[in-house]
Amino acid sequence: MNILVRAYSSSLGKKYVMAITGLALFVFVIGHMAGNLQIYMGRASINGYAAFLKSKPGLLWTARISLLAIVIMHITAALQLVSENRDARPAKYATGKPVAASYASRTIFISGLVIFAFVIYHLMHFTLGLTNPEFMSLQDPSDPLHHDVYGMMVRGFSNPFVSAFYILAMALLCLHLSHGVASSLQSLGIRNKSNVAAIHRTARIAALVIFLGNISIPIAVLLHWVR
Amino acid sequence: MLTTTTTSLDYRVAVEQLNGQTPKGPLADKWTRYKDHVRLVNPANKRKFDVIVVGSGLAGASAAATLSELGYNVKCFCYQDSPRRAHSIAAQGGINAAKNYRNDGDSVYRLFYDTIKGGDYRSREANVYRLAEVSVNIIDQCVAQGVPFAREYSGYLANRSFGGAQVSRTFYARGQTGQQLLLGAYQALSKQIGLGGVRMFPRTEMLELVVVDGHAKGIVVRDLVTGQISSHAGDAVVLATGGYGNVFFLSTNAKGCNVTATYRAYKRGAFFANPCYTQIHPTCIPQSGDYQSKLTLMSESLRNDGRVWVPRHLGDTRPPNEIPEHDRDYYLERKYPSFGNLSPRDIASRAAKEVCDEGRGVGPGGRGVYLDFRDAINRLGEHVIRERYGNLFEMYERITGENAYRVPMRIYPAVHYTMGGLWVDYDLMSNIPGLFVIGEANFSDHGANRLGASALMQGLADGYFVVPYTIGNYFAGEKPQKPNPGSPEFLAAEDEVATRTRRLLAIQGRRTVTDFHRQLGKIMWEKCGMARNEAGLKEALEAIPALREEFWQNVAVLGDGNDLNQSLEYAGRVADFLEFAELLVFDALHRNESCGGHFREEYQTEDGEALRDDANYSYVAAWEYRGVDERPVLHKEPLEYEEVHFTQRSYK
Amino acid sequence: MNLTLRVWRQQNAADPGQFVEYGANNISEHMSFLEMLDVVNEDLIRAGQEPIAFDHDCREGICGMCGMVINGVAHGPLQATTTCQLHMRYFKDGDTITIEPWRARAFPIIKDLVVDRSAFDRVIQAGGYISVTTGGTPDGNAIPIPKPDADRAMDAAACIGCGACVAACKNASAMLFVAAKAAHLNTLPQGKVEKDRRVVNMVKAMDREGFGNCTVIGSCEAVCPKEISLDFISQLNRDYLRAFLRAKE
Ligand SMILES: Cc1cc2nc3c(=O)[nH]c(=O)nc-3n(C[C@H](O)[C@H](O)[C@H](O)COP(=O)(O)OP(=O)(O)OC[C@H]3O[C@@H](n4cnc5c(N)ncnc54)[C@H](O)[C@@H]3O)c2cc1C
Ligand code: HEM
Ligand code: HEM
Ligand code: SF4
Ligand code: F3S
Ligand code: FES
Repeated sequence: MNILVRAYSSSLGKKYVMAITGLALFVFVIGHMAGNLQIYMGRASINGYAAFLKSKPGLLWTARISLLAIVIMHITAALQLVSENRDARPAKYATGKPVAASYASRTIFISGLVIFAFVIYHLMHFTLGLTNPEFMSLQDPSDPLHHDVYGMMVRGFSNPFVSAFYILAMALLCLHLSHGVASSLQSLGIRNKSNVAAIHRTARIAALVIFLGNISIPIAVLLHWVR
Repeated sequence: MLTTTTTSLDYRVAVEQLNGQTPKGPLADKWTRYKDHVRLVNPANKRKFDVIVVGSGLAGASAAATLSELGYNVKCFCYQDSPRRAHSIAAQGGINAAKNYRNDGDSVYRLFYDTIKGGDYRSREANVYRLAEVSVNIIDQCVAQGVPFAREYSGYLANRSFGGAQVSRTFYARGQTGQQLLLGAYQALSKQIGLGGVRMFPRTEMLELVVVDGHAKGIVVRDLVTGQISSHAGDAVVLATGGYGNVFFLSTNAKGCNVTATYRAYKRGAFFANPCYTQIHPTCIPQSGDYQSKLTLMSESLRNDGRVWVPRHLGDTRPPNEIPEHDRDYYLERKYPSFGNLSPRDIASRAAKEVCDEGRGVGPGGRGVYLDFRDAINRLGEHVIRERYGNLFEMYERITGENAYRVPMRIYPAVHYTMGGLWVDYDLMSNIPGLFVIGEANFSDHGANRLGASALMQGLADGYFVVPYTIGNYFAGEKPQKPNPGSPEFLAAEDEVATRTRRLLAIQGRRTVTDFHRQLGKIMWEKCGMARNEAGLKEALEAIPALREEFWQNVAVLGDGNDLNQSLEYAGRVADFLEFAELLVFDALHRNESCGGHFREEYQTEDGEALRDDANYSYVAAWEYRGVDERPVLHKEPLEYEEVHFTQRSYK
Repeated sequence: MNLTLRVWRQQNAADPGQFVEYGANNISEHMSFLEMLDVVNEDLIRAGQEPIAFDHDCREGICGMCGMVINGVAHGPLQATTTCQLHMRYFKDGDTITIEPWRARAFPIIKDLVVDRSAFDRVIQAGGYISVTTGGTPDGNAIPIPKPDADRAMDAAACIGCGACVAACKNASAMLFVAAKAAHLNTLPQGKVEKDRRVVNMVKAMDREGFGNCTVIGSCEAVCPKEISLDFISQLNRDYLRAFLRAKE
C-alpha cells in the first residue's frame, strides 16, 4: 500500500500507475475479446466458456475485484493528472493548437471517459441485467443448466442503437489505446530512439485488431451471420 | 595628497608609481610561495564575513560558489533573470590549458609565454604565469562537475589548436564551450544556493559602490522588477561584471553588457586601467542595416579554408561569382604572403577596414569583404567543407538567407572583447581595499591583446582558484564589521541613485536611448575603432561631451521607476557609456604607440605593422576619476619582465 | 514589408492584460524578429507610448533569455530556432502576427511578454548538479568516458533553459527541461553516484513549482530550439522508477 501512497504523491509515480493499470486493462481487453470471439465457434462453445468461468467463483471474483481495483486506480490517477494539468495552464493561448500533438494524445481523457461510460452500460447490459432483466434468465436450449450468453449477445446486438453505441465505444477505445499503449511505454522509460517506431506501429496494430475484433460481433449479429 | 606632474595633453601624472604587490622569488615559485604563506581565516570566523559578488558569469559564479563552499556568506547579483544567462554563455571556441595531453611540447611556461607575447608585452608577468599554472586545475574541476568536453574514442579528452597557437591545447564542447563551462559554474552556484550558502539576486542591477573609511563595504542596487532601490552591506565586494564592448553600440557582446558596475566603482575611486585596449574580431557577419542591434561572431576557424578578397576595381558591382580571378584582390595573401588568410585578428581586421575605406567593400553599405570557399570546395569537395563548418554555414544562412556553398560569405570585423578594466594588484584587489575585480572586468592578464580561448580560462582561474585565496589574505587583517545599510554613506549613495533615476524620467525628451547609443557607437567605431589617430581622437573628445550634453536634455524615457522599465535600465547604462567613452578615447590619445588592439596610425612600421614604444609606454595606465568634466589623473604601474624579453611581432 | 502585430500588453502581474494592435511598417526581411520589435518600440517611444517589454540578451540563440509565442507557436514558425534567431524573411507582407508571452502557472507574467522563469532555477538548485566542491578533483583524464556517452550527455546539456517546452506543452509540463538536465548528469560516470537522489529531488521540486504532468504529447520536442529529444524524458522516467523502487521510504 505504502508504495501506492508514495506513487500518488509524485507526478511520475502517478504516471507509473496510469501506465501499469492501462497496460493491464489493455491485456484484459485482448483476453476478453478472445473469449467473445468464440461466438463464431457456435453457441455451445461460448456458453461453455462462460459456464466454465462461472464454475470457478474464486478465480472469477479475484479477477473481477482486481479488475475493478485497476480501473479505479487508472481513473483516479487520470482524474488527478488531468485536473493538475488544467491548473498548470490557467490562461489559454489566443491562437494555435498544440504543435505536433496527435489527435489521440489530445483526446485521451475524453476517449477514456466514454470508455468508462461504456463499461458501466456494458455491465448493466450483459452482466447485471439491469437494462434487460430477461437476458439473465436465458437458458442454453441444448443444456438448460447453462446461461445462454450466445443468445444474450444476439438479442442484445439485434438492437441497432445498442450496436451503434458499442461500435462507437470501440472506436474511442481504439483511439485511446493507439496513444495510450505507446505512451505507457514512454512513461515506464522503455521507449527510446531505436524502438520508438516499432512501438508505435505495434500499438496502432493492436488497437486496430481490438477494434475490428470487437465490432465484428455486433455487425455479424446485425447482418444475421450469427443468429 | 597626490603630487603630480602635468603633460602636453594637460593631464596630470601621479609621481608615486603603482605597485602590483607581486610576491618575491623566482617567477615559477611565486604562486606556490604565496599560497604557502598567505594568511588564513579560521573556519569559525569565515561565516562572520559577508561577501558581495556582482556578476554570475564564469568569474562571478565560480567565485560565489567557491567562497560559499569555504564558509563565507555570499550574496550574488546579476541583471538577467537567471545566473545561467551571463554573457559567458556565448563563448564558442574553447578554453586553453597547459595539460600537454597531446605531447606536442606544451607546458605552463609555453602557455605563459604565448599569452605575454600575444598581449604584446603589456601584461603583468606574475599574473600571467599564475594563470597558466592554474589552467590545468580548471579542466580537472570542470570535468568533475560534469562539463561534457569533446572526447576521443579512447574516452580521453580531445583538443584542438586555436588562435594560431603552435600547440593543441584548447579544450572544447562542440561550438558551445562557454555555455558548458558556465553551466558547470552555474550548477556549483545552484548547489550552494540550495544549501543556503549563497543568496542569489537575479534581475537586480548594481548602480553604486559604497565605500566606508576607504574600504569597499557594499553596493546599492535596483530591483529591476519592482524598481525598488536598496543597499547591501558586506565585508568585501567582488566585481565580475564583464567587459564594456557595448560602448561601441554594435559588438558581439550580449545586449545587456555594460560598464555601469565598473564605471560606478571608478567614480568612487577605483582606478580604470588601459581602457583603450579593445579587441576587434575579424570574422563577424556584417551589418545589414541601421536597425542592426548586434553583430554575430563566426568562428575564426573558417579562415583555415576560406580565402578573403574584394573586387580589384572601385565600383565593380558584379555579383561575386561573375568576377573573374584577375579582377579579384586577395589582399591578405598579397600583403602577408607567409600567413595570408591566417594572419592574426588585429592585422586581418585592419586590412579589411583599409580596403573598405578605399571603397572596395562589398554588401550593403560597402562594409564587408568576401570569405570565399569556392577553391576549398573544388579542392576538397563540398562534403568535407560541410563536415568541417556545416553548423557555421547554417548559422550564416539563418541570419543572412544566403547559401555560402554557392556564394562567398561576407564578413567584417566587430568589437569582441575588452582587455582594459579596473586596475587590480596580484591579489586581484583594486586600489580600494576590499574591492576585488575578476574576469573580463579587471584589466586582466591579456595586456594589449587577448589570445583566443584564454578569456574563459582567466574567468575561471580568478573565480575558482585565485580570489578564494587572496580574499582570505584581506580578511585576515580585517575584523568582520560590515556597517549597517542605514549608515550615512549608504543613504547618500541610495539617494544619488534615486535622483539619477528621477532625472532620467523627468527629461521627457524626443530622442530614444537607442538613438544616442547608436550615435555614440558610430563616433567610437570611426574615431577609436580598429585604427586610431590623434586628429580623430581629438574630434571624438569634442563630439562625446556634446552628445552627453544632448542626452541629458533630450532623451526620452517613458514609464515610471516603480516596475519593470527596460528603457530606464538602458538609459542608465548608456549614460555611463557616454562618460566612459571619453575616458577610453583619452587613454587612446595619451598612448603614443601601437600595441595589440590599440593601433595608432602615426606609429607603424613602413609595412603597416604596429610599432611599440617600450622605452616610454611599457606601463599600465591606471586612471583616477576627478570629475565628469575634469581630466583623470594617470597612475603608472611599470611593467618589469624578469623572464621574457621584448620582441617585435612579425607575421610577414 | 508591412505587418500588423497583435501583442499581449500587461502592465504587471495584477493587471488582467489584453491584446493591442500595432502596425509594423517597412520592415526589412533581413531583420531578426527582435529587431522588428525594436523598430516598433522606437516608434512607440517617439509617439510617447511605453514600449513593449520583452526579454532578450545574447541575440545569438544561446542564453535562453528570449522567447515568445508567435502565432501560437513557441519561438515562432522556424524549427530549432530561438525567437532572436528568427528572421523576418519567414513572414509575408500584410501578415498579421499574434505575439503572446509563455503561459503557465509556474511562469507568472511580470510585464507584457516578460515572464518569471525562476522556477527552473529552483529545480536545478534541488539537485541539478554534481556535489563536488572546488579543488581536490582528479586529473581530467582519470576517468575515460566513452565517446557515445559524452556525446549523449552533450546533446542533453545543450538545453538553454528558455522554457519553450513548458510554453508549448498542453499541460505546461517541464519534463523536457528537467529530463535534459537529469540526463546530462546521470549519463556521465561522475554524475551516476548521486543519480537516485538527484532525480527524486528534481522531480519533487518540479512538482512543487506547479508544472503540469507529461502525458507524452510531444509538442515540447517539436518547439525546442536545441532539439532536445523525448528520449531524455523516457530516461528520466526510467531513472526515477529505479530510484522509486530502491527508496527505503
Ligand atoms: C561571441 C563571443 C565569443 C567568445 N568566445 C570565446 C572563446 O571561444 N574563448 C574564450 O576564452 N573567450 C571567448 N569570449 C570571451 C569570454 O566569453 C568573456 O570574456 C568571458 O566569458 C567574460 O566572463 P565574465 O564572467 O568576466 O563576465 P560575463 O560572463 O559577461 O558576466 C557578467 C555578469 O555580470 C552581471 N552584471 C553586469 N553588469 C551588472 C550590473 N550593473 N549589476 C549586476 N550585475 C551585472 C551580468 O548579469 C553577468 O552575470 C567570447 C566572447 C564573445 C562575445
Ligand atoms: C475507464 C475510464 C478511463 C479513463 C478516464 C482513462 C483515462 C486515461 C488518461 C487520461 C490517460 C492518459 C494518462 C497518461 O498518458 O499518463 C490514459 C492512459 C491510458 N489509458 Fe486510459 N482511461 C480509461 C480507461 C481505460 C481503459 C478501459 C483502458 C484499457 C482498455 C485504458 C488504457 C489506457 C492506457 C494504456 C493508457 C496509457 C498510460 C500512459 O500514458 O502512461 N484506459 N487513460
Ligand atoms: C463488442 C465488444 C464486447 C462484447 C461483445 C462484450 C461482451 C461481453 C459479455 C457477453 C459479457 C458477459 C459475460 C458473462 O456474463 O459471462 C461481458 C462482460 C464484461 N465485459 Fe465485455 N464485451 C465487449 C467489450 C468490452 C470492453 C471494451 C470492456 C472493457 C473495457 C469490457 C468489459 C467487460 C467486463 C468488465 C465484463 C464483466 C466480466 C465479469 O466480471 O463477469 N467488455 N462482455
Ligand atoms: S528543453 Fe529545449 S525548450 Fe525546454 S528549456 Fe531546454 S532548450 Fe528550451
Ligand atoms: S509536450 Fe508535454 S506532455 Fe510531455 S511530451 Fe512534452 S511534456
Ligand atoms: S536572446 Fe539569447 S537566446 Fe535569444
